[in-house]
Amino acid sequence: MFKNVNKIFAFVLLSLMMFVYACDQMGGKQSKGQSKTLKNTQKKGFVRCGVSQGLPGFSNADASGNWSGVDVDVCRAVAAAVLGDSNKVKFTPLSAKERFTALTSGEIDILSRNTTWTLSRDADIGLTFVGVNFYDGQGFMVRKNSGYSSVNDFKSGISACTNLGTTTELNMRDFFNSKGISYEPVTFEKADEVVAAYDAGRCDTYTTDKSGLAAQRIKLSNPDDHIVLPETISKEPLGPVVRQGDSVWEDIVRWSLNVMIEAEEYGVNSGNADSMKSSDNPAIKRLVGAEGELGAAFGLDNEWSLRIIKQVGNYGESYKRNIADTGILPDRGPNELWTKGGILYVPPAR
Amino acid sequence: MNFKLNKIIPQLATLLAVILVFGFLTYNAQVNMDNRGIEFGFGFLSQESSFDVQFSLIDYDGSHSYARAYLVGLLNTLLVAFIGIILSTILGVIVGIARLSPNYLIERTAAFYVEFFRNIPLLLQIFFWYFAALRALPLPQDTEPMFGVFFLTIKGLFVPRFVWENLDIFFYSIIAAIISIVVIKNYARKLQESQGKQVPVFSISVGLFIILPLLTFLIGGVSLNFSIPELEQMSTTSFKYKGGLGIPPELIALTLALGLYTATFIAECVRAGIQGISKGQKEAAASIGLTPRQILKLVVMPQALRIIIPPTTNQYLNLTKNSSLAAAIAYPDLVLIFAGTALMQTGRAIEIVSITMLTYLSISLSISVLMNWYNKKIAIKEK
Repeated sequence: MFKNVNKIFAFVLLSLMMFVYACDQMGGKQSKGQSKTLKNTQKKGFVRCGVSQGLPGFSNADASGNWSGVDVDVCRAVAAAVLGDSNKVKFTPLSAKERFTALTSGEIDILSRNTTWTLSRDADIGLTFVGVNFYDGQGFMVRKNSGYSSVNDFKSGISACTNLGTTTELNMRDFFNSKGISYEPVTFEKADEVVAAYDAGRCDTYTTDKSGLAAQRIKLSNPDDHIVLPETISKEPLGPVVRQGDSVWEDIVRWSLNVMIEAEEYGVNSGNADSMKSSDNPAIKRLVGAEGELGAAFGLDNEWSLRIIKQVGNYGESYKRNIADTGILPDRGPNELWTKGGILYVPPAR
Repeated sequence: MNFKLNKIIPQLATLLAVILVFGFLTYNAQVNMDNRGIEFGFGFLSQESSFDVQFSLIDYDGSHSYARAYLVGLLNTLLVAFIGIILSTILGVIVGIARLSPNYLIERTAAFYVEFFRNIPLLLQIFFWYFAALRALPLPQDTEPMFGVFFLTIKGLFVPRFVWENLDIFFYSIIAAIISIVVIKNYARKLQESQGKQVPVFSISVGLFIILPLLTFLIGGVSLNFSIPELEQMSTTSFKYKGGLGIPPELIALTLALGLYTATFIAECVRAGIQGISKGQKEAAASIGLTPRQILKLVVMPQALRIIIPPTTNQYLNLTKNSSLAAAIAYPDLVLIFAGTALMQTGRAIEIVSITMLTYLSISLSISVLMNWYNKKIAIKEK
């Protein structure tokens, strides 16, 4: 009997110790000024990045498990900046439903998964959006022979397939309500299931971000039988997200993305980055680390941005490689630099 | 004194340990949420949900609250569980008895069915019924009606809807029929106990159950019309049905998969129950002159039920919990609406997941209580 009692006391003592240790840990976390996420990442040797379960052009794995896409490139840029090697990224494919929990619970450190920046997401649920890497908008795909040539042709009773837990689901309601049309929403957790259901004829229309429609169209059995209607019913600025509460890490991710866009603006690319060190333009010299001490503010060396440009390339290269050359959206539309008629405009890196 | 203390101390220590572990987890969660700026609270339940659902038993759209969306999900879950339990019970009893049939073909067919459906993962079966079987159905415009009024299409099953007048009178007549059946049954039992006369209670009951409600149509002013689904063109190739009642294909696939899967386990429970009654019981009953039907009804079944009910309760609970796989095929159940969309739109993971868990716990416990009550009722009454 006494043996038993001893065992139980040992157990209690152990839980007590765990408790005290945890309190200690939590207290310590907040008091220090530097980035815990950065420290952990450098200790682990890889960046933990949450991506989609397969959206060509944004984040998609090939047959041998290599990830590519504009969203993937954001994580690669951070890895190049922080660890010196753009390949040191561990990708975690997430459904729309899982993505925020994975980030807030600390399973991943960057969520770069075609995620729309909205007020409630930014303010409410412990997330911080760091920028926009793709300006998108919601559209509708229908069968070519359906006779729909505009969203104004939609009639009450239409059934629409879409992804569960997305802004798409909410926009769809706003749109149909404003038109006074009753509709049947059919929502799936995985994009592949949405595509399969639409393909089989369960729904009259498939709605999601237009880039997504263009990318998923390739997966349909007869892509040519389907068209994307011209109207855009919402603003969908997609961008990378980090956990709230680590402002240094937030800055690193934000400026890794900004550097890629700014590099395109100044004509710096993966091929000419090294030679740009001797440029006459101080802005370019800062960008490639030949002038100023920009990395120090994050606790990084001065070549962090040079590594991003050399290893991942500038935004234009990333777009061309992933979205234009794959035939998803050859026209950059709003995702062109502000100097060339688009809306990509980032604060100066100085 | 020492003896008592020895008993109490370990219990207190265990209790303390449990409290500490829970305290640690709660504290940890709280600190993590504070660090990330997440608040805890249930205020979101009264906010406007602003998302629509495909299928709802109560009036709902996005202008209602999250609490209402929860109710929609709960009712849809209960609907699937209810239909699934009835379907699996009927099928399970038939297959269970068929497995004991002396007819070789029937026995083998039942055995094959049980072995086949029991040994394939449920999620695969759900996918099969939804993506393979239902997908093979025609589009609305190509559908040939069954009996002129049923339309089975890829967009669902469309059936005529009842349009009642004076429905309440019809209901009263059914209640009246049930009460009179109970009275007649009691009277018949007394008659048999006192005079040994047997009254054909079953035929009288069936007659009452049909005639009383029918009378309300003739003299009670009750009338029933049918709203038959009609095809309506929305554009060159998209069609829909107007009128009638549409049953979404997701619901059909889910109940079919759950029913067929759970029925195999119930069939085994039924077989075990009947085989658990010793042969002597039947022979003894036959020797006192009972007919085969009376033997089954009065001797075998009451005893077999005692063996069948407890494991069958487990199957009912499994079916209810398995219904949460609905989320895989877009059936708007509790998990899809509440732990899916609502969780995503509010970001309240801890609150919503705990509510969902508590809900499933309550449903399961209620089924348990109900089945335990029934089990007690049919158990041997020790005197």
